[in-house]
Amino acid sequence: MMNILVCVKQVPDTDEVRIDEKKGTLIRDGVPSIINPEDKIALEEAVRLKEEHGGKVTVISMGPPQAKTALLEAYAMGADECILLSDRAFAGSDTWATSYTLAQGIKNAGEFDIIFCGRQAIDGDTAQVGPQIAENLEIPQITYVKGLEVDGKKVKAKRALEDGYSVIETKLPVLLTVIDGLNKPRYPSIKRVVAAFKKEDCIKVWSTDDFEVDMAKLGLDASPTQVYDTFVPTNEKKGEILEGNEKEKVEQLLEKLKLEQVL
Amino acid sequence: MLKIFEDKCVGCGVCVTSCPFDALKMENDIAVVDTEKCTMCGICVKECKFDAMAINKEEKGEKQDISGYKGVWVLAEQRGNKLLDVSFELCSEGRKLADELETNLSIIVLGSDVKEEAKELFAYRADNVYIVEDEELKDYRTETYASVICDLINEFKPEIVLLGATHNGRDLGPRISARLNTGLTADCTKLEIDKERNILLQTRPAFGGNLMATIICPDHRPQMSTVRPGVMEKAEPDHSKTGEIEEIGVKIDSEDVNSQITDSGKIINLKSDLSDIDIFTTIKEIVKEAKASVNLEDADIIVSGGRGVGDPENFELIEDLASVLGGEVGASRAVVDEGWIEKPHQVGQTGKTVKPKVYFACGISGAIQHKAGMENSNLIIAINTDADAPIFEICDYGLVGDLKKIVPMLSKAFEELK
Amino acid sequence: MDFNLNSTQEMIQKIVRDFAENEVKDIAAEIDETCEFPRENVEKMAAADMLGIPFPEKYDGAGGDTLSYVLAIEELSKACATHGIILSAHTSLGAHPIYQFGTEEQKEKYLKPLARGEKLGAFGLTEPDAGTDASAQKTTVELDGDEYILNGSKIFITNAGEADTFIIFAMTDKSKGTRGISAFIVEREYPGFSVGKKENKLGINASDTRELIFQDCRVPKENLLGKEGMGFKIAMTTLDGGRIGVAAQALGIAQRALDETVQYVKERKQFGRTISKFQGLQWEMAEMATKVEAARLLVYKAAKTKDSGQRFSKEAAMAKYYASEAAFAVANKAIQLHGGYGYMKEYPVERLLRDAKITEIYEGTTEVQKMVIAGSLLN
Repeated sequence: MMNILVCVKQVPDTDEVRIDEKKGTLIRDGVPSIINPEDKIALEEAVRLKEEHGGKVTVISMGPPQAKTALLEAYAMGADECILLSDRAFAGSDTWATSYTLAQGIKNAGEFDIIFCGRQAIDGDTAQVGPQIAENLEIPQITYVKGLEVDGKKVKAKRALEDGYSVIETKLPVLLTVIDGLNKPRYPSIKRVVAAFKKEDCIKVWSTDDFEVDMAKLGLDASPTQVYDTFVPTNEKKGEILEGNEKEKVEQLLEKLKLEQVL
Repeated sequence: MLKIFEDKCVGCGVCVTSCPFDALKMENDIAVVDTEKCTMCGICVKECKFDAMAINKEEKGEKQDISGYKGVWVLAEQRGNKLLDVSFELCSEGRKLADELETNLSIIVLGSDVKEEAKELFAYRADNVYIVEDEELKDYRTETYASVICDLINEFKPEIVLLGATHNGRDLGPRISARLNTGLTADCTKLEIDKERNILLQTRPAFGGNLMATIICPDHRPQMSTVRPGVMEKAEPDHSKTGEIEEIGVKIDSEDVNSQITDSGKIINLKSDLSDIDIFTTIKEIVKEAKASVNLEDADIIVSGGRGVGDPENFELIEDLASVLGGEVGASRAVVDEGWIEKPHQVGQTGKTVKPKVYFACGISGAIQHKAGMENSNLIIAINTDADAPIFEICDYGLVGDLKKIVPMLSKAFEELK
Repeated sequence: MDFNLNSTQEMIQKIVRDFAENEVKDIAAEIDETCEFPRENVEKMAAADMLGIPFPEKYDGAGGDTLSYVLAIEELSKACATHGIILSAHTSLGAHPIYQFGTEEQKEKYLKPLARGEKLGAFGLTEPDAGTDASAQKTTVELDGDEYILNGSKIFITNAGEADTFIIFAMTDKSKGTRGISAFIVEREYPGFSVGKKENKLGINASDTRELIFQDCRVPKENLLGKEGMGFKIAMTTLDGGRIGVAAQALGIAQRALDETVQYVKERKQFGRTISKFQGLQWEMAEMATKVEAARLLVYKAAKTKDSGQRFSKEAAMAKYYASEAAFAVANKAIQLHGGYGYMKEYPVERLLRDAKITEIYEGTTEVQKMVIAGSLLN
């Protein structure tokens, strides 16, 4: 019997995001919201473990109310219970504040043998929240997990390295961040979707009233990092035709590429 | 919170269309924010031409005393007691930052036998090199490295800490920053010093690369950043710079360490005490794997050949260039149909759709079926003898000429750069 | 009148759309060429509970409504019309009659495995001499002790080579005309039942279409569906529902044709600009888009009417008639706007036209739909 928790984030599908070249802004019309792909892999692994060892899968997420649809999808994939931490106080959180909030939510949700996270979210791309949650909970972590064996009180994980992998063993409880290749997530069950919408309480929403948090550690005001500036890099094609003989053209190209910091 | 100054708002609606999170709308010709969707990314503040928007941060909790934090640190990474390239890249970058701040650059290396390797860091103009040697530190594990480094940071109080955004760096960085309750910015592509406030400006991509953000960590120390290998330029090593080794015990007197910069830096060997932390993790084995064939869709660099390549032998020129650049080989449908390369390399309507950082279109005319598969590439370089080929309309840089001459020249030039 | 989908429907639409984009879209051209039935995908669809969407949980269905089911067919058909009809024929024609007319024992034995997708369903009404004139059934059936014995043949049966359970119609009493037709649940293994070879078609090529041959085929007595003489009514009622499925398939094809065209005209340059800038073509596309939207409203309305419990024959007929003609017209225009490239198999639009044509014919030709509409109008 295993008590498993999965952290899930609803993100815009960044593959679909387009840039308005003239205005230098993001076009967000019609960009669907999805469960972060690596979180889906994490959830799939959790559900498989539950199917193998018995137990329960709880899913937790921090986000605005619309993140509920992501949790419904998680339920349809096999989660038993879903918790959404949602409160205006969380707005503007950087990874530090986010992981504090999630860790507090997790502590309130129960004791878990394994906590799964996707390695990183496709909107933030930081890969920080998982390890920071582990630090908050004071449990070991293994990141870049691409293979997993669970045996009683221990896990043995295949951890991806740039040029291969290492096999790491550690004791439970542990936090694991997973990457593409660990498994292929199942399609959500339509039956469970219909059931989820009928069963009101499969998703709980917690505000700051519902679990213990230090208000001084929440949201924008508590975040050590801040956004100083943002800009949308446009991809307008330069269409620059290089002049000279072949040798000169090659030299010019190399110069251009150096300036662009491309190579 | 995002504040909208109603007296300044003219109802132009620019903020509404620029918000990536759909958090703004117009009500009675004034912008209104949905606080549940607003992530305070700040794009609207920037887009507003009327200064009608601002994001105000309130002070919360006790402010950390950051006055005693000085110095730029780089956490170097070793595998098998050999320093990774990214460590030298960061050393070079760290030197620039330290110079602007008029402070010291110190490099930290953890391992079991790194003294010889560490000496090389002086050639990259490090002022101090601290090594911590212990069998338990031979290979990276979160608990051991986090414990030692946090102890060092708390002892020496650097204002900036940089580490490589390698798998290990991305495992360690957040763990440390959480323990130290400070800010960490991942995958920075640019680091600068804001001269007015003497703080680090950290620029990085977000939203899958669709957005660039500059992040600051004004009130917490150290300011931490990870940087991907290959992003920062490695300086030319100057082997006239050497170092002196000194063995000192764990209890360091801060004055000893922050003495003035001399040409020969000091390697300070710290004895670490790992007996009081719990080590849960054992490494069972480390395996090197040949890189599995990357699919085109994930490639950063693609060198593609079309009918203009001429014949199958010449296609090797394309493959060579791809190999030198560490990229993948692509092809137009024409050459796949001819059998010069297999179908998985085909880019286009009936092949793959790709979005690499750099796409070299060699001898490819740029007909609509091929264009459909690659037009969203970040940087397109076209090489073709026909100046009117449609590919030149969608490229960033076009080279009108014979690819049989140009491509090998490029291969040679890139090889020399390495 | 709320034109929006509710959250359940939106989520089901999203799940099937994801599935269609990841598993179906990329193999559509290939199976159109090889005519290979997408068995693996059908199994994946079963695992996601797609093969029993409109049936209640009591019978191992997903408990969804007709509109959710329609959305699923539409999304699948956008990627590949064959996948759409496999689902539609299985659910509306092969399983639904058992749900509507079967005994509890029959539902337990046959409906549940169909709803779970463990078994695939099919429907055999059409004969060489009984198409639009469905009542001219020549397949005969006689009671012999505990068994019915079937003799005859059915043609153009969807899912024929892959299905496990068939709803077969036959004449029990010729003297009674349409009241002499009965319906039976026939299992593939029953002695005397065989299938012919796969038909080679213009479109929906991977759909397994064959003749069914009954030579003294023995069917247990308890497999009579409903009562003797009820067959024609079962057939017509079932086709009413099946019509909505085909209309959804046509809608999916039409939408895909429109989407492909929008993308193409924005890329194709002639005379120094993208052809999307030419007003003549813009007007064509406006007409295409309006047709698709009108089809959508008719299809969704038919689904909602069925769910409300009211009579829906007219709505279903209108949806099927309009959507199928729209699909063909829009696909035709799509090829035209693609120019020469549209005629090449390299681009998907030519397949869309070939797939669209059958939607004007099966499950009641356009002429039949108009008969139904006129009937409801003038009676």
